[in-house]
Amino acid sequence: MNILALDSSGAVATVALYCDGRIRGEYSIDHKLTHSQTIMPMLDELCSRTEYDVKDTDLIAVAGGPGSFTGLRIGAAAAKGMAFATGCDIMNVPTLEGLCYQFYGYSGIICPLLDARRSQVYSGIYRFENAALKTLYKGEALALDEQLERLKEIEGNIVFLGDGVDVYGEKLVAGFGERCMIAPAHRRYQSAACVAVRAADMLKEGIKPVPAEDFAPEYLRRSQAERERDERLAKEGG
Amino acid sequence: MISEAELSCLGILFMNDMNDIKILAIESSCDETAASVVLNGRKMLSNVISSQIDIHTLYGGVVPEIASRKHTERINRVVDKALKDAGMSLDDVDAVAVTYGPGLVGALLVGVSFAKGLAFAAHKPLIGVHHIEGHICANFLQFEELKPPFPCLIVSGGHTTLARVKDYGVYEILGRSCDDSAGEAFDKVARAIGLGYPGGPKIDALSNEGDPDAIAFPRAKVDGSDYDFSFSGLKSAVLNYLNSCALKKQEVNTADVAASFQKAVVDVLVEHSMLALEMGGEKRFAIAGGVAANRHLRAAFEKACEERGVEFFCPSPVLCTDNAAMIGSAAYFEYVNGVRHGLDLNAMPALRLGERM
Repeated sequence: MNILALDSSGAVATVALYCDGRIRGEYSIDHKLTHSQTIMPMLDELCSRTEYDVKDTDLIAVAGGPGSFTGLRIGAAAAKGMAFATGCDIMNVPTLEGLCYQFYGYSGIICPLLDARRSQVYSGIYRFENAALKTLYKGEALALDEQLERLKEIEGNIVFLGDGVDVYGEKLVAGFGERCMIAPAHRRYQSAACVAVRAADMLKEGIKPVPAEDFAPEYLRRSQAERERDERLAKEGG
Repeated sequence: MISEAELSCLGILFMNDMNDIKILAIESSCDETAASVVLNGRKMLSNVISSQIDIHTLYGGVVPEIASRKHTERINRVVDKALKDAGMSLDDVDAVAVTYGPGLVGALLVGVSFAKGLAFAAHKPLIGVHHIEGHICANFLQFEELKPPFPCLIVSGGHTTLARVKDYGVYEILGRSCDDSAGEAFDKVARAIGLGYPGGPKIDALSNEGDPDAIAFPRAKVDGSDYDFSFSGLKSAVLNYLNSCALKKQEVNTADVAASFQKAVVDVLVEHSMLALEMGGEKRFAIAGGVAANRHLRAAFEKACEERGVEFFCPSPVLCTDNAAMIGSAAYFEYVNGVRHGLDLNAMPALRLGERM
């Protein structure tokens, strides 16, 4: 089973090759260039260094959201183009679940936080039970305080990760004290190796990948124009 | 035994096959998801366009975020249909081409990222194409006899550019709009007189019932340039006229406004274009772009060219609006000129005509 994985949902551009249970290579960079300029050359480099022909791919795994709308689409469209050429399906790996795999097997609570602007975060609450990822609260766009209220109701230590930690780290430490662990730099952000392994586990859990033509990111937030239109219609209607 | 004549015939067929270049082209710069297969830059083997206009009409104009989302959802089916309609598989095409600018950056990125993934996985060369060069090349698809050099006016929702096509793939910008494009002016005026979006076709239709000389709207000149355009003053003049009518409680004849506004736009476009023809001395002139589908505009150019003994070229409406066949044609001339892009090709929302990345 060969899985080609990519994640361009946040600041890190990351690609990985998973071949028969091993990560043959992973390439991540966190630099100012846009994903449009980096992610495909990185994949090209990874494939040539590992003597891998992309045509041998069985599954393409993509961090399918939430995240930066444009970033998600750069990864999604590239995946859809590669899947078109190779004929393989796409596994839509929720970005937050991929992040949780940075702390695979951790006994406490895992809370990835992505800065969603507009005073919100994209976040979910997860825990590993018997080596399986369990979702306590599924990913959504919400106010940080709302998510922190939920965490106060759950016992155990919490690891926070994702770029939301960069923005809200002090608040998290102040709110949870010794219960709180902030992910260190090497395990704080998106990793395509995590996306690949999560995709392999999703297959084992019976989650089916989708044909390339049916794949689209799950943004967890509608466009501003749609929100404003609905508000206007609601006002007019009411 | 095969006769010499048969051999040479086989040879020619063989040579033709070897020289035939088939390009799969993708266009997603605005609100049309499009794909096409083009043979040798001149023959359209398929032309698939998935329009989003019904969605954007709800918002009174193109919403970039929605356009980008729809492109992502639709692009595989559009490309698949383009190949099927052309009766071929991805293996049969020689290169993958994609519009990389100008346009809406989020929308462009979908096509560019998809094309890069496709070219990479299929081991095909990648060619980034300038959207406006594509519009110009729509003329090459329709008119096999058309050859450079000739001046060309490109008028669309986002662009108003007067250019000289010096050779295949070689362009010189003569003039462009300093503010609103002609298409934007149409949309804004259409909104002001209650026609809604998209403005171009609606003004074109309504102006049939109006008097183009009823209201004297200005024909703007741009200081220091004979070829540049400015339409924001004209748009303001129309809005001022509507306001003054409202103040005087005078009823507005919207058909007269539409016809007079349209004539003011067309007059300036024709005047600058004819000046370019006189300076260059060519006997051919072409127009392109979405607004080139406007019937009054076509008629005015037809007349002006005829008066000067100049052959006039204008693509059929389906090739005027955004499409990928025109991108496939432009890509062919880039291909034979040796242009290839790397996997770091980026969307360039403000790419200038003739500029190469």
